[in-house]
Amino acid sequence: MTAATKSQSSAVKRDTIEPAQTPRKLSVSHLNFFYGAHQTLFDISLDIEANRITALIGPSGCGKSTFLRVLNRMNETVKGSRAEGSVLLDQENIFDLNVTLLRRRVGMVFQKANPFPKSIFNNVAYGLRINGLCSRAELPDAVENSLRRAALWDEVKDQLRKSAHALSGGQQQRLCIARALAVNPEVLLLDEPSSALDPIATSKIEELLFELKKSCTIIIVTHNMQQAARISDRTGFFLLGHLVEINDTAAMFRNPTRKETEDYITGRFG
Amino acid sequence: MNRLARREMMGAVMFGLTGLCTLVTISSLFFVLGYLVWHGIGSINLDFFTQLPKPPGEVGGGMANAIAGSAEIIFLATLIGLPVGLLAGVYLSEYGGQKFSFVVRYATDLLNGVPSIVVGIFAYALVVVSLGHFSILAGAVALSVIFIPIAVTTTEQFLRDVPDSFREAALALGAPKWKAIATTVVPAAFSALATGMLLAVARIAGETAPLLFTSFSNQFWNLSPNQPAASLPVMIFTYAISPYRDWHRQAWAAGLVLLALVLFINVSARLLLPRRVFR
Repeated sequence: MTAATKSQSSAVKRDTIEPAQTPRKLSVSHLNFFYGAHQTLFDISLDIEANRITALIGPSGCGKSTFLRVLNRMNETVKGSRAEGSVLLDQENIFDLNVTLLRRRVGMVFQKANPFPKSIFNNVAYGLRINGLCSRAELPDAVENSLRRAALWDEVKDQLRKSAHALSGGQQQRLCIARALAVNPEVLLLDEPSSALDPIATSKIEELLFELKKSCTIIIVTHNMQQAARISDRTGFFLLGHLVEINDTAAMFRNPTRKETEDYITGRFG
Repeated sequence: MNRLARREMMGAVMFGLTGLCTLVTISSLFFVLGYLVWHGIGSINLDFFTQLPKPPGEVGGGMANAIAGSAEIIFLATLIGLPVGLLAGVYLSEYGGQKFSFVVRYATDLLNGVPSIVVGIFAYALVVVSLGHFSILAGAVALSVIFIPIAVTTTEQFLRDVPDSFREAALALGAPKWKAIATTVVPAAFSALATGMLLAVARIAGETAPLLFTSFSNQFWNLSPNQPAASLPVMIFTYAISPYRDWHRQAWAAGLVLLALVLFINVSARLLLPRRVFR
């Protein structure tokens, strides 16, 4: 089955599923975010459904990446940043959780593939080792499993000891996904994961996300509206730090309720 | 003379001047090296590395004790200076706030600029006076004071060169900050850090003034850190100002050995550096 037919079939499925039927994985309410005195997110409230792909779109600087980084509290590495409001992960406020435990449950893949300057094996094993998640004997199986889930195993199984930097850009990004999957995150955040990749590598990652949503909840920030339309079940549109609209992807692209959304997705700005 | 010709002449003059100064710079090294080889090579033999110094008036002997003493002083100084310098550098690069880091960095630069003889006085007051006698330990403390600021500066610099994406990747996998630093940031910069540390070792290997009244000197074997010991730089100083012709020859030989050692460390440091390039 090609990626195109797959996305069509899932588009059909999408229309038949009522959003209320799936449980809420994340529930964000009245989230404000500041860098120092500068506010970058304004009163964001939305729910993220489990085992769905939620795409966040919007022009550069609209706050979609900032929002994504609030969800695993990566923003806290920036001095002077501050969040208000609540983000519930399975009914627990993430701001009350231990931050390292939170990040183990909410994994992240970055815009630019950032494998460590270590071997392929050690990249994937990293999260397992530092968190003491599996014994030395179990490690090879766990690494293989993660690489298989990231659809990279067949390409790298004979060169696990090679430097990760010897891989192509698309392979590096899938390696980063495998690395994130190794610790079995419940939620996977992806910040424009294919913006630096060619169409073939991009389609591989998109197919991979389809598979992954069976086992985790996916939130993807993308610049590419076709990508959002192809892969996501729900789409949220950000503008100037506000969440303008969030809806089922098909409905969102077919008939957006807000004028700004329509202008953006029809290419009138951004 | 027309304008174009004047410009071309000016260009040629500037090219000549910069080239000449470059030549002076590199030829200094070869001049020093050549001069040392010229005077010193004749006195380098097996005895030089295996024998103790002979009393004045007797011909022959060697500097085995000074070579061992130097090695021990440098080793101990590195043992003290490397962890302190490395960890302080990690602090500045990874934890320090802007203002505090600025102050520490400035203090480090000042410490780097303290004349080495003053560092010697400091170690004398701190170690020699309190122990009541000269010792290898006192020399090592003095040299570590010179080692630390170099280690701090290079560590901070090299760690800052490590891309933030490595830190973020580790943190996003649930690594606590110290673990992210220990398992990704420092290993990523490892060969660069090794280079920096080797250069610091090379730097302290040739220091003389801080050793004059700390580890002092010794005509005999000593490897006890609690006792004074001979070292190559101090031997060069003592022998060079002595009235004996044979001692002068030995001083040249010692100078050659010391320079060869420092060059060797420097070259191996350079060879380590370009292995890993950050992206």
